[in-house]
Amino acid sequence: MTITIDTYPTLGEAASAMRTGSQFLGGGTMVVRGLNFASPDFDKVIRSTDSALSEIRPEGNGIKLGAGVTMARLMQASGAEFLEPVARAVGGPAVRNMATIGGNLFVCSPFGDFGVALLALDALVQMSDGQMLPIEDFYRQRENLRGLVSAVIIPRSAHGAFRFRKVVRTKPKGAAVVTIAAHLPGGNRISGARIALGAMGSTPLRAKDAERALEGGSLDAHTVQRVCEMCCNGLNPQDDSIASAWYRREVAPVHLRRLLLGEES
Amino acid sequence: MSSIEFRKDLFADEREDDLNEIGKPTVRQDIVGHVTGRSKFYDDHLFEGLLHMRCVRSPHHHARIRSVDVSAAERMPGVRRVIWPKDVPSNLNTLLSLINFGLDDEQLLSANKVSYMGEPILAIVADTERQARDAVAAVRVDWQELPHVLDVEEALKPGAPVVNEVYPGNTFDYHDLYDHQKLRFGDVETALPEADHVVEGEYQMSPIEQAPVETCGAIAAPEENGRFVCHTSTQALFFSLGTTAKMLDMPSSRLHFIGGTVGGGFGGKVDSHHEPLAVLGAMLTGRPVKYMWDRTEEMRVGAPRGAERWRIRDGVMKDGRIIAREFTGFFDSGAFTRLSSYAIIKGTGHLPGPYTIPNVSSNVYCVYTNRTPATAMRGFGITGVDFAIECHMDKVAEAVGMHPVELRILNAYRDGDVKAHRRFAKNCALIECCQVASQKAGLSLSPEAKNASSTVGGGIGWRAEVPETLTDDMGKIGDRKRQEIPTQPLGGATTKGRVPAGTMGENVVASEVQDTDMQIDPTRIGHSVSQAIVAQPAPRPRQLTLPAAALQAPAQSEGSATQPALSTFAEPAAPTHGQPAPYKPEKPFQRGVKRPGVSRFISGTRR
Amino acid sequence: MTKTPIQFSLNGTETGVFADTGANLLDVLRRGAGDLSAKQGCAQGGCGACSVLIDGELHLACLTLAETVEGKQVQTAADLEDGPDLHPLQKAFVEGFAAQCGFCSPGMLMAAKALLRSNPNPTRDQVADAISGNICRCTGYEPIINAILTAAVEMRGRGAA
Repeated sequence: MTITIDTYPTLGEAASAMRTGSQFLGGGTMVVRGLNFASPDFDKVIRSTDSALSEIRPEGNGIKLGAGVTMARLMQASGAEFLEPVARAVGGPAVRNMATIGGNLFVCSPFGDFGVALLALDALVQMSDGQMLPIEDFYRQRENLRGLVSAVIIPRSAHGAFRFRKVVRTKPKGAAVVTIAAHLPGGNRISGARIALGAMGSTPLRAKDAERALEGGSLDAHTVQRVCEMCCNGLNPQDDSIASAWYRREVAPVHLRRLLLGEES
Repeated sequence: MSSIEFRKDLFADEREDDLNEIGKPTVRQDIVGHVTGRSKFYDDHLFEGLLHMRCVRSPHHHARIRSVDVSAAERMPGVRRVIWPKDVPSNLNTLLSLINFGLDDEQLLSANKVSYMGEPILAIVADTERQARDAVAAVRVDWQELPHVLDVEEALKPGAPVVNEVYPGNTFDYHDLYDHQKLRFGDVETALPEADHVVEGEYQMSPIEQAPVETCGAIAAPEENGRFVCHTSTQALFFSLGTTAKMLDMPSSRLHFIGGTVGGGFGGKVDSHHEPLAVLGAMLTGRPVKYMWDRTEEMRVGAPRGAERWRIRDGVMKDGRIIAREFTGFFDSGAFTRLSSYAIIKGTGHLPGPYTIPNVSSNVYCVYTNRTPATAMRGFGITGVDFAIECHMDKVAEAVGMHPVELRILNAYRDGDVKAHRRFAKNCALIECCQVASQKAGLSLSPEAKNASSTVGGGIGWRAEVPETLTDDMGKIGDRKRQEIPTQPLGGATTKGRVPAGTMGENVVASEVQDTDMQIDPTRIGHSVSQAIVAQPAPRPRQLTLPAAALQAPAQSEGSATQPALSTFAEPAAPTHGQPAPYKPEKPFQRGVKRPGVSRFISGTRR
Repeated sequence: MTKTPIQFSLNGTETGVFADTGANLLDVLRRGAGDLSAKQGCAQGGCGACSVLIDGELHLACLTLAETVEGKQVQTAADLEDGPDLHPLQKAFVEGFAAQCGFCSPGMLMAAKALLRSNPNPTRDQVADAISGNICRCTGYEPIINAILTAAVEMRGRGAA
């Protein structure tokens, strides 16, 4: 198959050049891998040199991250300190220098740890045509979306109320057995709890029964116990080389409990 | 390095304290090349006009090939050559045929049928790797799927799919006689009922991929004078050279093989598949050809350490002495033999582990299944069964209420003990390892265990004798197919094929140590013997112990550790003071007797 | 197959190659520019054997589309030496037995170099994180971590990275 590579100065132009058989190149960790293994799914690579893609800036009470911002860049950014452990959890240093936030939204389980955090933070996904999608809707439509992601917006700072844990089988790095992000505003009377899990379905998913069980409560042992019992409701983990679906269902509640109670993993 | 602690106090009298290298950092002779990136691995040789080879592989566990259509692939840009099974001059081989072990059972490119997922049936050579990949994807194969078997014991059942036509019973043929490798030492069947406890266990190991960072591969190119140069990642250059010469039916003098710089192997780079294909590609195109696995192939097609299943049954006395141990083992060889058959020979030689047990029997099957063929990996043939044995030791300890470390010290082999493979144990150190480990772990041992020594108490009485051994004829090739023989070595066996010792005209008592030069000569192994022992050499009893006595011996020998240590080490003329005489065997070393049907691997040949 | 011209600085030398369109940087470095120090272990970002510096940042050459390095500075392990002298990292690897088969070493060294550039006085955990994308199957990570820490001390003493 003859490969063509087209580079556009703006994301809008790149978006309008996309067709079936095209792939947009972010950091390259997925697309170039596809080229290396002669993926039959695409023969055209679209790039954009649009500088807006790598912008990080405040937006209202929150922060806007360009889709081309790399994990390494985000780790250094001020105003997004609570996301540093999330970005650090993605790959080794070389991958973090390459992998982008936009790309992380499109990778398959068990990858895509950053998206798990975004899901817990009620992020909005901004498309190249200006459309704003709540991240949950984005994941639901991901396979059929037209257009390109230009940025994600985290509507409010989550300092102090945000918790994140990636469970791996090799130290210090590896693909996820399960990734858990929780946003628990309200202190002793939690309101608007979000618990998102990665590697527990083909996309990051929210544990909605568990969220409801937390509503109005606090992180006492009894509540946490109840929350963990239902945290796998509605999730659909898969077998892969990291763990079996059975194992993931067994250990996800254990790791959620430790995260909520502030215990070591 | 820094974590190594030397215990030179142990066996201090057995060696000079003159270790100049051990435990000290040393500079590898090749390391400057490694850190500068100048070391040349096989893929670090550049050739003008290099072509790339990729294989069409089976997507099924077991399937017949009805037809192959390459018409689209052949027309694709950059495609230089499609290589068919018929292009391989001698398309059947087994790796160890070079040392005359086993039957040729595997094709380089499979012509009619595939027996594992990923088996190659066709090779395509193209200008770029991408073009080769695209052409492979364009080949259309009409597969007729066949029933497959992925479990070793399922494969042994009558009516199981035949995985490998060369071995229609789905087992490797040992010594042209049996469908399994046997070990018989003493009489397990009589001993087990005499035991206070019988402890059984089953242990299963999964396949393990060696996963070198450099994937397997080779680059071959035409050289002057009709020769071909081949740069390869092989761990076994002469295996690869010999295999290539055999499969391409050409004198090895036409092959110029260069290897030696290997990016990690761990046993996974001995199978010699890349070299014949790369050289064949170079022969058929007249151009340099690279055949290199990608990471996916390395993990999925590359032969792993095979899965093993072991059943162990121990007869153990109340005091913890193991008087009998019975093994049934199944090595999952995958679809072809490669090295599993030989791994079993090695594993059997290791039984019953580092313990002195007077009655041992074992049946180990090399089983063909529709899984990726298995091959060598670190600890070749030993790692799996050792895992099983040590798990089982813990189970036995629990059964008799002993601490697992105490149980190991009690049963550990000691210098001078005869092992199930009819060799004397020497330079044993398991007891001392257990003692040191216990000390480190803060575990307090009983006085007996604390005072035990590998050099004391071994080689006495029954411990130095090959017991009368009951052999049997069970499991002759084809028996199992006829549903006549169960896979368990003795349990539930019919009497068919049983040959009680001394009742069939021939006394089948096991032979003595085959070569007297195998006995330990203190001067030869640097093993100094205390004067107290050499002063009163104990004649080693030549008469064979009766079975009953052999069975009772373990229970009676409780006090043996306190007896004066009359080691067999004392047997050859004791060294006198002063300079020891240089070693000279009583008679020259000789090759073992080659008996028809007996593999040279288990003969008495001293290697 | 179409070719794309690419010009970049390789270890300080201006280099131009014609790459197959869609080729990765690793292939271009090895076959196009003849720098064989970076290795291909997986071609999917899992092993780190192809680690190089692009404009001073650690990247995986196998996942870098070659034409994206147009006009950039690429550094490989072939450039670590200072004339005839080994780089302190190389010296520490040699003396500390931090390489066995040597296949992962060039990538490992580049990951270490990237670390010491930004953090001349790393902790053990920081070193472990810095090489967490690099797989070694023979030597074991302990001697490698020790060697990087040793080199860091040496380089701080010299006052140069």
